[in-house]
Amino acid sequence: MTRAIAKPAANKPSDDPTFFTKALDSVYAIVNSRFLRRRFVFYLVAAFAAITLNFLIPRLMPGDPVQLLFARFQGRLDPRAFEAIKAQFGFVEGPLLEQYLLYLRSIVTLDFGPSIMGFPIPVTQVIFNSLRWTLMLMGIASVMSYVIGTLLGVIAAWRRGNRIDTTLLPIASVLGAFPYFFIALLAVYVLGFQYDIFPTSHAYDTGISQDWSSPEYLWSVVYHMLLPLITIVITSLGGPLLGMRNNMIGVLSQDYIVMAEAKGLTERRIMLLYAARNAVLPSLTAFAMSFGFLVGGSILVEIVFSYPGMGYTLLLAINARDYPVMQGVFLMITAVVLLANFLVDVSYVLLDPRAR
Amino acid sequence: MAEISALPSSLPFRLWVRLPGWARSVLKNKKSLVGILILVFFFAVAMLASALAPVDPQRMVGRPHDPPSQKYVLGTTRQGQDVFSQMVHGTGTTLRVGFVTGTIVMIIAIAVGLTAGFVGGFVDESLSLITNIVLVIPGLPLILVIASLIDNPGPDTIIFVLCLTGWAYGARVLRSQTLALRHAEFVEAARVSGEPLWRIIAFEILPNMTSLVVSSWIGAVLYAILAEAGLSFIGLGNPNNITWGTILYWAQNNQALLTGAWWTFIPPGIAISLVGLALILINYGIDEITNPRLSSS
Repeated sequence: MTRAIAKPAANKPSDDPTFFTKALDSVYAIVNSRFLRRRFVFYLVAAFAAITLNFLIPRLMPGDPVQLLFARFQGRLDPRAFEAIKAQFGFVEGPLLEQYLLYLRSIVTLDFGPSIMGFPIPVTQVIFNSLRWTLMLMGIASVMSYVIGTLLGVIAAWRRGNRIDTTLLPIASVLGAFPYFFIALLAVYVLGFQYDIFPTSHAYDTGISQDWSSPEYLWSVVYHMLLPLITIVITSLGGPLLGMRNNMIGVLSQDYIVMAEAKGLTERRIMLLYAARNAVLPSLTAFAMSFGFLVGGSILVEIVFSYPGMGYTLLLAINARDYPVMQGVFLMITAVVLLANFLVDVSYVLLDPRAR
Repeated sequence: MAEISALPSSLPFRLWVRLPGWARSVLKNKKSLVGILILVFFFAVAMLASALAPVDPQRMVGRPHDPPSQKYVLGTTRQGQDVFSQMVHGTGTTLRVGFVTGTIVMIIAIAVGLTAGFVGGFVDESLSLITNIVLVIPGLPLILVIASLIDNPGPDTIIFVLCLTGWAYGARVLRSQTLALRHAEFVEAARVSGEPLWRIIAFEILPNMTSLVVSSWIGAVLYAILAEAGLSFIGLGNPNNITWGTILYWAQNNQALLTGAWWTFIPPGIAISLVGLALILINYGIDEITNPRLSSS
């Protein structure tokens, strides 16, 4: 009797007890994982190392760092603003430790002072303006290249030695050897300038108002993103493809694959649920690493497309010798990469019970 | 094989049998053979640079942005310099940055990776921590920040900066391989017979991962060539040194895309891609030789 009453309730996913316990289980696993706690501490140490490097690099350079960095601005800037910028970065008279503490305070409070190239716009605002473009472009690009590359890797390994495999492999290898920005240059030249199919710069049509709710603006954002997106995805496909192919080949010789074949399961089921599912875990860490490379490499792509993300901002800052912005962009890119790595670790714990 | 056995006593055959076994298997593999041939070509160009292109690459010899013609095979730059001559003379610098950086990076990686893996304990913990930190901090932005602080860095400065960040990946790979070899019987035997630590590392462990070292070295050279091109393209190398990267830099700065002067940016891009392709082919060849399961045939 009780079962008959309970059954319809259990069919509704909203209060499905198993779904709920599963979700709770996952949260519990994340909070309680020793692996994740260790990774978290590691990322904190890495962030600290990046912050300290950022502090040390200009001071380790030969010559007087203050002069090297700021001599160019004397006369161009209000002396008081100049002093404020120097103080922000701990370039004050006094022992190194005091400079360091001052610098740490400006990092913790996210107060990087005014930028030089866009004075008096604060550095933080310059960074956050460009951050969303990079996040959008690189987020979509890295997920797309990972998913497409992995799927192609699965197929290549499954059909090893077949036509698909023997064409995919050299293509993937060639793509890995191409310098990123050269493909981008070619794309801009052919599709942008010669055939005028795609816009050649900027992230949206500057002629229309920046309104995220208007379809016209949204379309112009998508339209401007397409070409950089395609070039990034194409040039970064090779890594996940080859990685997944190698993992798959290792998995395919396992006994449980033979067992699945012996049971007469469909080919697709064996390929995706038996082989690919077990082969994908190692390549997940590769994804985290390639995200770092992508965000780093995106600098060049953004420069070619004049796409107003972090990389383009970094170039502008370098050309203007705007050290505050350069430091800020470097720290922000590091923060994004560390965070992405941590998120991948979390998903690893969720997917692989052994990591708990 | 077939064409070689056809001429049993000819000179090529006698040279062939004299080669050590590893060299023979590398040359027998189609992929690595093509890769090596491409590299040999570029090294030859670099060495014969002044004979191949007697025109001074820096001098203004023609009209600005002249398209390819019989006189200037690859046209001229905006400054009227001969692109072909620039390409030929840039080959040496590009290859030097790549191979010197790759070698230094590999030496650091071997030192760090093997020490960490073999010594273990606190040494391993700290070396691994440093390696992982360098690995997780995005390299290119860091290189850019460092390079922008140096006024007009030449190729040597670029080599230095690339070495700072490039060694970590190799170190990690070599460390895990060392861990796998650490308790092998021949290593234990050497330890028991009282061989010093450096001798065990250099003569027992290192020879057993030659293929890994070579492929990491090739990967490091590729990284250096691509990174140099990127840095020069951004304008952080000294733009007056001629490398393939700086040719691209000038092309971009002189609006070559807009004016359709394709001959100023396509040749350097293709050259970089070809060298990259050669290195990757050699690596795949080595992979296939050492791990026959990966072979597609």
